[in-house]
Amino acid sequence: MSPTYLGMPGLPVYGDGNLHASEAFPAAARRELGNAQLRANLGHATHTIRDKRLRVVAELPDWEDLREAGSAIKASVMARLPELLEEFEKNFTARGGIIHWARDADEANGIVRDLIRDAGADEVVKVKSMATQEIGLNEYLEEQGISALETDLAELIVQLDHDKPSHILVPAIHKNRAQIREIFLREMPDVDPDLTDTPARLAEAARLHLRRKFLSAKVAISGANFALADTGTLAVVESEGNGRMCLTLPDTLITVMGVEKLLPSWTDLEVFMQLLPRSSTGERMNPYTSLWTGVTEGDGPQNVHLVLLDNGRSAALADEMGRSALHCIRCSACMNVCPVYERTGGHAYGSTYPGPIGAILSPLLTGITSEENASLPYASSLCGACYDACPVKINIPEILVHLRSEDVESRRGTTKVPGQMDVAMKAASWVMGSGRRMALAEKALPLGKLAAGPDRKIKKLPGMAAGWTQSRDIPAPPAQSFRDWWAKEHHDPGSEEHTELEEKA
Amino acid sequence: MSARTEILDRLRAALHDSPEAPEIPRKYRHTSGMSEDELIELLSDRLLDYKAGVSVVDEASVPARVAELLAGEKSYVVPAGLDERWTALVPGRVVDSPQEPLSVEELDGIDAVVTGSAAAVAETGTIILDGSPGQGRRACSLIPDHHVCIVKAGDIAGVLPEAVRRLDVTHPLTWISGPSATSDIELERVEGVHGPRRLDVVIVR
Repeated sequence: MSPTYLGMPGLPVYGDGNLHASEAFPAAARRELGNAQLRANLGHATHTIRDKRLRVVAELPDWEDLREAGSAIKASVMARLPELLEEFEKNFTARGGIIHWARDADEANGIVRDLIRDAGADEVVKVKSMATQEIGLNEYLEEQGISALETDLAELIVQLDHDKPSHILVPAIHKNRAQIREIFLREMPDVDPDLTDTPARLAEAARLHLRRKFLSAKVAISGANFALADTGTLAVVESEGNGRMCLTLPDTLITVMGVEKLLPSWTDLEVFMQLLPRSSTGERMNPYTSLWTGVTEGDGPQNVHLVLLDNGRSAALADEMGRSALHCIRCSACMNVCPVYERTGGHAYGSTYPGPIGAILSPLLTGITSEENASLPYASSLCGACYDACPVKINIPEILVHLRSEDVESRRGTTKVPGQMDVAMKAASWVMGSGRRMALAEKALPLGKLAAGPDRKIKKLPGMAAGWTQSRDIPAPPAQSFRDWWAKEHHDPGSEEHTELEEKA
Repeated sequence: MSARTEILDRLRAALHDSPEAPEIPRKYRHTSGMSEDELIELLSDRLLDYKAGVSVVDEASVPARVAELLAGEKSYVVPAGLDERWTALVPGRVVDSPQEPLSVEELDGIDAVVTGSAAAVAETGTIILDGSPGQGRRACSLIPDHHVCIVKAGDIAGVLPEAVRRLDVTHPLTWISGPSATSDIELERVEGVHGPRRLDVVIVR
């Protein structure tokens, strides 16, 4: 868990809220892998989006130039983050917006609650937001007697089913139409009892369910996809119009945004608005994008608030190798190409941020010493597909390896008794450190055949190695080592002598 | 210490290695070099792909085309600054202005809305409203079920950066690419969720 902050800058202060998994990835993944429905839905969805994305990306002759620009803009934002935040604050405030700063999830939740109470409301409409998911805002508000209604169709499905989102972009990707129909019939008070499971009818039911709420809500809560420092503008990207409803109709608008979402200037948005829709939904453009700069008299909310959230971001920024994880624009392209995500689904990652980006972002925000999140950097085959797909070129595999080494370092010396791994590594190091010892060890290879069955496969290794053989077989070792074979083939009587010399050198 | 000071201090401390802000390579396309005909054709193609309606007409034919599109709608709203000639053939116009705004309930009872636009992007099939007098308050183009949007051919940009350079971002901007849609149920696209269910774009040569 987070170390206590002593008021001294320089100490990392990690984030809290829905960033910590409740169990380690291997255990969660094992359970999720048993869910056949989940795997079928996920396989279909990720492959469909993946193919669409490839088609629309191929249309742009300057896709790689856009990625280069996007990556450089984000690196520049991180290098200048404090000054850009001050510039943004000045411009947003000059146009009637009010900024609040929140160190962590608790502080952000408290600010939002006070703003809702000040507006005299006990019910709010919400447009899908990863930041409010991260701080557990809905649950917190419920405890405070305020009901927060998710208005994005998928978020609504998940909320009605008292479930958790499993994908950044399509949070209800793990449910099919029959399951959704059942949820609506069970949880929507005024639903048509003859509701069928065609997606058009289900979407219509959601429209009817939310229409009154939109038209009467006093307060709306949103996240933000981008914030432009040079003008003080916020942007929300969406499809259904629920975003426009929330951002336009209520009198009070409260936006919660991580400090890393800034872009230096208005013209930088042209890069990201080409990268984001094509990477996430595989569309040339999402149906609706709203931009607002403070308050516009006579149009839209007249009380406009923004909560700027740290919650571990400064700690992630302090990690020179991991810092670029904060470049993430939450497009979810990395999830849709990830072989691990495709099989386990988003719930296995525990945190608000699933998939390859979650495997680096969550431990960076919470600290690798957060026990459950320490397993996340291992939730990858390091195949590199996520790096290829990332529109802002976050080198996820490199950061995964970096975090694995951080994890190993953080465990070093924590127990007095050396673990199996320590003993094995030490022994291997001693054996491999000398050619003669290695040659001797190889003489034992044929013994491996005894461990193998008649099919020449070793099915079960003892101790720690059992984990490896749980899901794979090892072929029996050959009767002769390469070293012996070489010596025999080349009649090299000096091989023994040679190793002696090597050892002396 | 205030949260603001503390967060800014933490962020400064996090940049202990003083990373340099790199030069931004902007080799991506800033203009398309397309002719007006090509722009119209590409924008139409993209909008049709989003299941929007598209008509391309000359200036004189706008009123007749708008009348055809509004046939069957019982009522429609226009922003106060919309060119009056465009809706001259259709009776029953309701006008919304910042001085005399309609309530959301009133807007909810109106079938259609006719607006102009500030810019369009051919490559992405996007029309952009910026809240100026011919486009009105954002609520007007959101609550009625049917949006008829007039786009002047001269306002069509080929690529997004061209359009961005023509806009004032401090206006409230709404970028619209087809009618509202969702793909949240088994990724099957359904048009018409909370925004207008129908979008008809009239491109004026």
